[in-house]
Amino acid sequence: MRVVVDLSRCEGYAQCAFLAPDAFRMHGEEALMYDPGASNARRDQVLRAAAACPVQAILVDQLEGRDAPAEGSSS
Amino acid sequence: MTTTETPGMLRRILDYSSRADPYPLYAELRKTPVARQEDDTYVISTYREITDVLHNPHLSSDTRNLSHPTAGAEEQTTPAFINLDPPEHDRLRRMAMRHFGPPHTPGLVTGMEPALTDTVSGLLDDCAGKERIDIVDDFAYPFPVAVICHLLGVPREDEPRFRIWVNDLINSIDYDPKTDPKEKLDKGVQARKDLRQYLGGLLEQRHGGQGGDLLSRLANDDGPDGRMTDEEIISTANLLLIAGHETTVNLITNGMLTLLRHPQVLRRLRDEPDLVVPLVEELLRYEPPVHIIPWRAAYSDITVADTVIPKGSRIMLMLASGSRDPNRFHDPDRFDPDRRDNQHLGFGSGIHLCFGGPLARRETEIALTELVRRLDRPGLVADPPPYRRSPVLRGPIHLYVEQG
Amino acid sequence: MTSAENLQAFKRDGRIVVVGASLAGLRAAETLRDEGFTGSLTMIGDELGEPYDRPPLSKQVLTGWVPAENTKLPRRREIDAKWLLGVPASGLDLATNQVRLADGRTVPFDRVLISTGVRARPWFVESEAALDGVFVVRTREHAEGLQRALAAGPSRVLVIGAGFTGSEIASICRERDIPVTVAELAPAPLVGALGAMIGEVAADMQRARGVDLRCGVKVTQLEGDAQGRLRRAHFDDGTTIDADVAVVALGGIRNTEWLQGSGLAAGVWGIACDTGCRALDLNGLVTDDIFVAGDVARCPNPIYEYRLISLEHWANAVEQAEVAAHNMVSGQADRWPHLSIPLFWSIQFGVNIKSVGVPTFADEVVVTQGSVPDHRFVAAYGYRGRVTAAVSFNNAKWLDHYRTLIETAAPFPPACPTPDQPADMKPTPVDFPGPVLLAQGATVVVTGHDPSERRVTAAHQHR
Repeated sequence: MRVVVDLSRCEGYAQCAFLAPDAFRMHGEEALMYDPGASNARRDQVLRAAAACPVQAILVDQLEGRDAPAEGSSS
Repeated sequence: MTTTETPGMLRRILDYSSRADPYPLYAELRKTPVARQEDDTYVISTYREITDVLHNPHLSSDTRNLSHPTAGAEEQTTPAFINLDPPEHDRLRRMAMRHFGPPHTPGLVTGMEPALTDTVSGLLDDCAGKERIDIVDDFAYPFPVAVICHLLGVPREDEPRFRIWVNDLINSIDYDPKTDPKEKLDKGVQARKDLRQYLGGLLEQRHGGQGGDLLSRLANDDGPDGRMTDEEIISTANLLLIAGHETTVNLITNGMLTLLRHPQVLRRLRDEPDLVVPLVEELLRYEPPVHIIPWRAAYSDITVADTVIPKGSRIMLMLASGSRDPNRFHDPDRFDPDRRDNQHLGFGSGIHLCFGGPLARRETEIALTELVRRLDRPGLVADPPPYRRSPVLRGPIHLYVEQG
Repeated sequence: MTSAENLQAFKRDGRIVVVGASLAGLRAAETLRDEGFTGSLTMIGDELGEPYDRPPLSKQVLTGWVPAENTKLPRRREIDAKWLLGVPASGLDLATNQVRLADGRTVPFDRVLISTGVRARPWFVESEAALDGVFVVRTREHAEGLQRALAAGPSRVLVIGAGFTGSEIASICRERDIPVTVAELAPAPLVGALGAMIGEVAADMQRARGVDLRCGVKVTQLEGDAQGRLRRAHFDDGTTIDADVAVVALGGIRNTEWLQGSGLAAGVWGIACDTGCRALDLNGLVTDDIFVAGDVARCPNPIYEYRLISLEHWANAVEQAEVAAHNMVSGQADRWPHLSIPLFWSIQFGVNIKSVGVPTFADEVVVTQGSVPDHRFVAAYGYRGRVTAAVSFNNAKWLDHYRTLIETAAPFPPACPTPDQPADMKPTPVDFPGPVLLAQGATVVVTGHDPSERRVTAAHQHR
């Protein structure tokens, strides 16, 4: 699955790192690092993390890979 | 301008007769976003102003910065981090967090999930076949108590003892010298002492121990911030014990009540268990367990919505009102688990955001999922149910449900 | 036809071309569809593959945690676009409304969005840049290559340039326990973006984590061996170090060369536009059909005296793309201005650095909260007695308050005390280096009164 966090909104509440520790990790006290290609096996956890974000900064893919340009194509 | 308001509005909200449905009064209150009371308390009830204040560094959570300290607060020689400002707040919260969550202990809450499910199953096994159950006494109270006892390392069998102290203590939170008997305050003060003494006794046994519970780990920790003093550990444990169950019991009970009032959502939750995740967020907005932050202190003169609040003033934040502010939320009085824009104030905001929020979420998600799955055609016995006294930690004292 | 009917017809079956298929381009495309644009949508991008997110490239990807391939951006919705990928645009013809591609094709449009972004500034000697072991970090391929080099356990990494990207890479080297030297021409890291006082803090952080930090020095030569592998770097003070990996982190170059001769006000600082994201031509005339968004845009901001500001900020790319897209399919009365206050973050050495406002638009700075030695603090920036920016180190929860101060032009230094205000709170001069260094280190640049503007005038005179 695909995830992106708007880190300019993120205030380091770490709710995501509690709820989906494999996909979201705190780097020090406040800085968040996350897996933008989190495993589908963790989908439930990632959705919980996104819902719990106090500043609603986590965007999870709505399309699951549809609507993609063919890799390597130029037309 | 912003400080004129209907006289007595706050008094009406705090009055027990409003407990079942304070929301229309909140709507009235929001007409005056910053409402100055006769005693110079400033009541803030609109979303934007509440979030501004929660992120304003000129506000203090330390009673010592109030011109007129709140009743009962003077007894606390070592405040817990909820009643402290940076840098002390940050240090103590960080030290406690080392043993509860990321970055040091990131997998604790997810690791507890099997145990949470087991506890819930056990309690529901006991409810099976009963015609009438009390969601509070049979389920929503014993569940988080068992969880926090296990987490802290407080013997579960001591619950009858600390239940009395916690009750007296919470009753004294909203003590009003004008209307309440002095006894209410005295009981709270004594309960605080007794609870501290009890926790102190537990702590003594943990020094030098190897236990994985929070008390043991705090007692023997040597992290980058050093070790907490015994007084600090007691204050921290005290806070976590109370906040760890008194809020969750309300969230679970309010949740079940709300589902019983919205049977179509209850049915949906039974068919789509994943719905519980946004549903709990919506509950935190719509029927939150903590309605009011009873006080913050203006550390210097601050301006909120064009109102100057003088240094030392008491500021009361109406979180539950903010989460129903129509200027922030579309159709705020509607319970809508599909709500997308839901940046609620259920756990507060800023540096004091609920310490145990992720655990409370998982507890409530698991509790509600299992309740709707296992209860057999549940129905409310009384609507509204009887409520607890507190306007701050608001929730039913009993929630009788008939099944079958 | 009335203009309203024109607009409806355009929304129904007009042609929109987006040049630059990265974050800004993708979000703009999604917004166009959200707003009911049903005409043809063409996405032109010089890189192959789906739009991906760049910030993880200098962080999660380099630690080895996340494969570079796994950074594709999540989609908000389907965009039903034609993708022309792997070929850069090479020209824009305003008279015929056509984009020219490098392979000779032309793509006609009714309206175009330019979001071509920034590329990494390469090492200035081409043969040295080509040495095995010399990297820049901008694309997925760059990050993947550098990650592999770090995983191989180099004896030492040299990072050239201690702006945000360079500092982040140095931080990851230390995390991976790789010896690292950072060479910076300015007196301290991050100085170009945040000034001398914060620069000292950043220098402390680096040294405390074991970075061999060398400031005020210039790398003069990268020396390779017979196999074309990097072996050594030479500094202008006569010293050398042995290193098998060098990362050139000297900022970015805005991708505007393809617009030379187009008549647009495009230059090194980007493409000038109005707050509605409509491009300006060389004479300052607002165009009707050319819109700009993201790192390549220079947009005026009333909070900063309407000066044109260039930002390399993630949130700005998203917001500006949304505004530009909305305006592309809206009538005059419904258009939005892009008037947000810049926000920026960087993660390095276990510290979350965030900024709000434009720190380079300041003459003084003061620590308002927390402790500088602990690397937990907030500093406010002021310009002629008002707050214009703030920076937090592991104190992000307070920044919203400073945004309000900036919006309301609150007096600087902030007067009221806070509970954790340092005892010796005194403003100091912010002390930025000259414009040449600014161009390399800062991610937000006030370009309005910069001498490089003359390029625009000069280009006009050539016509």
